[in-house]
Amino acid sequence: MGHCHDNNINIKVKDGEKKLVLVGNPNVGKSVFFNKLTGLYVDVSNFPGTTVDISYGRYKDYVVMDTPGVYGVSSFNEEETVARDVILFGDVILNVVDAVHLDRDLFLTKQLIDMGKPMLIALNLMDDVRRNGLKIDVVKLEELLGVPVIPTTAIKGEGMDAVLNSIGKAKVGNRNPRLIEKIQSYLDKVDNEAEALLVLEDDETVAERHEIEISGQRDEIYRERRREVDEIVGYTVVETSNGASLRTKIGRWMLNPITGIPMLAITLYIMYKIIGIFVAGTIVGITEETIMEGMYRPFIEGLVGGFVNPETFLGSVLIGEFGILTMAPIYILGLLLPLIVGFYVLMAVLEDSGYLPRIAALVDRSLTAMGLNGKAIIPMILGFGCVTMATMTTRILGTKREKIIATVLLGLAIPCSAQLGVIAGLISQLGAFYTMVYVISIFIVFVVVGTILNKLMPGESSQLLIDLPPIRIPQLKNVILKTVQKTWMFLKEATPLFILGALLISFMQYTNILVAIQNAVAPITVGLLELPKETATAFIMGIIRRDFGAAGLTSISMTPVQVLVSLVVMTLFVPCIAAIMVMFKERGYKDALLIWLGSFVVAFLTGGIIAFIL
Amino acid sequence: MTLDKAKKGSKVKIININNKDIKSQAIRIGLFEGAVFMCSEKLPGGPVILQNKLQEIAIGRGLAVSIDVEGV
Repeated sequence: MGHCHDNNINIKVKDGEKKLVLVGNPNVGKSVFFNKLTGLYVDVSNFPGTTVDISYGRYKDYVVMDTPGVYGVSSFNEEETVARDVILFGDVILNVVDAVHLDRDLFLTKQLIDMGKPMLIALNLMDDVRRNGLKIDVVKLEELLGVPVIPTTAIKGEGMDAVLNSIGKAKVGNRNPRLIEKIQSYLDKVDNEAEALLVLEDDETVAERHEIEISGQRDEIYRERRREVDEIVGYTVVETSNGASLRTKIGRWMLNPITGIPMLAITLYIMYKIIGIFVAGTIVGITEETIMEGMYRPFIEGLVGGFVNPETFLGSVLIGEFGILTMAPIYILGLLLPLIVGFYVLMAVLEDSGYLPRIAALVDRSLTAMGLNGKAIIPMILGFGCVTMATMTTRILGTKREKIIATVLLGLAIPCSAQLGVIAGLISQLGAFYTMVYVISIFIVFVVVGTILNKLMPGESSQLLIDLPPIRIPQLKNVILKTVQKTWMFLKEATPLFILGALLISFMQYTNILVAIQNAVAPITVGLLELPKETATAFIMGIIRRDFGAAGLTSISMTPVQVLVSLVVMTLFVPCIAAIMVMFKERGYKDALLIWLGSFVVAFLTGGIIAFIL
Repeated sequence: MTLDKAKKGSKVKIININNKDIKSQAIRIGLFEGAVFMCSEKLPGGPVILQNKLQEIAIGRGLAVSIDVEGV
């Protein structure tokens, strides 16, 4: 015992401080407790080797750490791995439980109790309990679990002070005696009882850390724990009324295709109105045109121009057409930021209302044909905002196979908002027929490529298995919080990519590589696609920034068929340079290169076919 | 029978989950051998929705095929 392992946690704990860890299932209101405990002074620490950030702050002499929402402690995914290590690191556990879903949430609770750390429970969402005609015997629950249980309605602030006052009363709960006995044989090989339990439950990572063979008892232990939970729920929860409430009915309508598809169509239309018209038009008009182009650009050009000659290489890198002080911030802050915020707000509303998992269930059938499950609808929707952001979101998908398929489809067939605006402008001049051909072509590529990939790629995709939380009205505070967190994450991850991209392009432009590539591509555009030579320039610009390329087309005189072909080809290219880089970052060098080159082939092939037919 | 054969509105008891990858995760959200659910919705060719009190779970058709159930 006692050999210290690097738990990957770089959070400084002072002498005499205790580590309080917040644990709970997804969407139980954990963040409200975290904010109440820590106030404004919160730090975020990235968990090395993962994409998960841990928030931490201080309350009295406790270091308070948040964890991602999980259904249990193990290593089934990145969130769980992180939650597990933070829990192992902690001294006291505050378990936030959704009182309406005790039968689901108590599984985690019982597991935490079996880990043998002092803990207390915030029995949250008590207002929902009353509303749903349930009754919970809190005293009995406390007795059965052996730890303090405090009823709360966190979003209304009810019971919060009681929780704060009870942290000192946290204690080790009623552990399963059989498990206590079983972990004895591991105790001399690991650091503590919590680790011993995880090894007993076949947690491969923890077992590996201590060089122990796993015993294959997980299923049996989980089943027994399940039985215990059912027993506890049987003793403590009483249903006072039955029958479907309005919210249950709405949930059903969302799922049933007859009502669900129109509801989804209306929802997407509203999203389009908000993002496509209001945010992309009105808001971006102010942020990009007025603020960034109108005020920021002259300011920074004047400022830097005073020291550096804009004609030099350094000058063009800093404040040139693709400068890291001009293009990068104007693009990120002026154009992307409002769109990203808009999308994250809407996604948070969909998620917190309980609609998003139902959309995933509704579209699951259509996506399975392409080797994806319903969850993949989330990156697909986000792709219409920003493919870079959407590609990052493919992390939520279950297998590598699905991640690759989703990345390919996003890069190929989902036009981002920056580009959609320009495409819509160009295509509306051509009339309904060409618009239809455009939409149908892209859709066919989406389905055909997805289906082929599903057939060709080895392995199997994961199946949909999701919890459908009850329909709720989203809490504004929570929506804002989520949006801020996710937007911040995006800016942190994407900004270096955009800057690197800008650098790369400046370099290619300065060294005339850009022109050389344009000349190299020209034969394909002229020969295969029957387009004017200058479109090659627009295509290359399109890779740098999708909307640049589409905008570049407006200045070339072309027949309607030529406009259509170039728009299709440009849509199918992997989006902007940031999206290409995020592809390389997420998928690795080999896969990303294949996907990227493949997109050129598909784009030129599809364009060639359309040019040939029409 | 397997879960994909269950009729909408019928009550089923889970007998066996023949999918190793998903079994442990399923247990934790309440889907495990012995649990009784109502099949509250079946999307055409798509997921089966199971309900137990206020909890609902969506299960992809491909997964439903690998879950043995019996009518209750």
